[in-house]
Amino acid sequence: MSEQAVTATQQDTTSAFAMTGVDVAFGGIKALTGVSLDVAPRQVLGVIGPNGAGKTTLFNVACGFVQPDAGTLHWQGRELTGLRPHQLAGLGIGRTLQGLGLFDRMSVLENVMVGADRHARSGFLSALLALPRSGTEERALRERALAVLSELGIADHAARLPTSLPYPVRKRVALARALVSEPDLLLLDEPASGLSNDEMDELGALIRGLAGRMSVMLVEHHMDLVMSVCDDIVVLDFGRVIARGGPEEVRRDPAVLAAYLGDEVGHHEDAPADGPADGPAATAGHPGHNDPVGG
Amino acid sequence: MPALPARLSRVSESTLLRHLVLALAGMVVIVLVLESTSAFRNGQLTAMAYLGIAAGGLTVLTGLNGQLSLGHGAFMAIGAYTTALFLQDTEPALPVVGVLVVATLVTLLVGAVVGVAAARLHGPYLAGATLALAVAVPGIAVYFTDTLGGEQGLNVLLPEIPDWFADAVFFLTANDMTTTRYVAYIGWIALVLTFVLLANLSRSRVGRTWRAVRDDEVAAEIAGINLARARVLAFVVSTACAGLAGGVMALAVRITAPSGFMLTLSLTLLTAVVLGGLGSLLGALIGAALLTFLPQVATGFGADLGLSDVQSAELAPLAYGLVMMLVILLAPAGIVGSVRGWWARRGTSA
Repeated sequence: MSEQAVTATQQDTTSAFAMTGVDVAFGGIKALTGVSLDVAPRQVLGVIGPNGAGKTTLFNVACGFVQPDAGTLHWQGRELTGLRPHQLAGLGIGRTLQGLGLFDRMSVLENVMVGADRHARSGFLSALLALPRSGTEERALRERALAVLSELGIADHAARLPTSLPYPVRKRVALARALVSEPDLLLLDEPASGLSNDEMDELGALIRGLAGRMSVMLVEHHMDLVMSVCDDIVVLDFGRVIARGGPEEVRRDPAVLAAYLGDEVGHHEDAPADGPADGPAATAGHPGHNDPVGG
Repeated sequence: MPALPARLSRVSESTLLRHLVLALAGMVVIVLVLESTSAFRNGQLTAMAYLGIAAGGLTVLTGLNGQLSLGHGAFMAIGAYTTALFLQDTEPALPVVGVLVVATLVTLLVGAVVGVAAARLHGPYLAGATLALAVAVPGIAVYFTDTLGGEQGLNVLLPEIPDWFADAVFFLTANDMTTTRYVAYIGWIALVLTFVLLANLSRSRVGRTWRAVRDDEVAAEIAGINLARARVLAFVVSTACAGLAGGVMALAVRITAPSGFMLTLSLTLLTAVVLGGLGSLLGALIGAALLTFLPQVATGFGADLGLSDVQSAELAPLAYGLVMMLVILLAPAGIVGSVRGWWARRGTSA
């Protein structure tokens, strides 16, 4: 794990994470075209756009699941090319999944301990022989995992299996697993889906709190949340960046309005999983036009 | 003594200590059982030991890491032939323990090569590839008849029982050592060592990583786990167990021939693992015991009922099939898995 020699935070660089001119095509379909963006240290960057605009593909590029056809990625002054997701995780890029992706046959505590794995140093031999070193480290990982569970208010569920817990709690377990690795960049893929209004307010406060410790990139449909927690917002449409700026700026941007226009009519029945929080409050309207781009 | 509970809880907290205490208790039981049973039973217990070692490795691979291998019999063959090749002389180049270590290492190396390929295969494809291995490997012995003895196989010459070992057992039990009992001791010591190491692994970060990969590989990768490395490691560990099991089997059977390593052996191992409960070492041991003793119990039962020899012999596969069906219908998590589930439910409802 030599890649971990990279120092954790470099506040003086202007961007922690940068994408330049990224193209991704699946077969003949262009999912991303010339996408450039950067995330400053301790900044919350929102990525919004209609369904299929390429948001998830963008995340998949950022965390290594999709290799771009063109363009470069930089992370803390270092170019990232051809690295696998587990290597990026080792470099401090954490992520939550749109689906929960919890380990269903492992306890909540174990789920979170897996997330802390990048901080473990003891090797196969000390595990095989159960050397004291391995035991000490296990205790440290357990403490760390319990601390994050307490921080998110779900320490009581540590011994339970995820499948026995309500959805919002499982959502927090997934978040805890990402947080316990103490990433420098956290990619949150629709963290608010399935949450009630109150839970979403808590989530907003939580994300703001995280910004003191790490950079956050957020893909989210709930405009209220995006507008209230993001320092900066990037708007994607048909795989291109059509706008970038602060929440107010983006809200008034004619290109953004154009991209979302027409959706107002049909937004009421989109993505029922998004729960009751959607609706009139969603400032920019719910994204929903069917473009051909797979996201 | 108020300190006792605290000290006990410290024991239960230290993985190594707990496993060593269990191992020691197990050894005591093993000595008692081996010394108080006949040579015939000793032989059966050796068979249970080598099946248990291989099943223990397989349950780690299949139960903890989710990789299905239908070819572990082939890895047992590699361990057995390696052992046989070293024991062609009354004056072998290595002591028995050394031979078993070499057999384990040779199998481990072959397992690493196969494992690297296997890490790219999933589910039925991996099962298919390992199935091919189970079918092909016994054929190698026929192809290289000069070195590997062809269909007749290789005889295994057991070196003399070391005096210190015979003396130590005599000192403990006042019984003279027989060859059968000596091999049974080797088998069971190998089993206890293997299980301690496997239990250490499954309780550790390594085991957690394996289970994470089994449950959700995308999430595991995002958490920083190198999927290929985790899979190859699990595969190599389990093939090393199969190699050791094959070595013990060669010592017990005294002959290593292709007919001993047909596909049925691989399927038998898988059966033991499923019966006992996937991922459980105790389950692997129970499965091995069932497979070793059930046929004989069934045959004896038939004889008691006054059936002819042929008829009672046919009871064995019947009993085997019935147990398999009952376990799958009534206890799909295997024997140990179901007992644990029942215990957990009892605990929450009380």
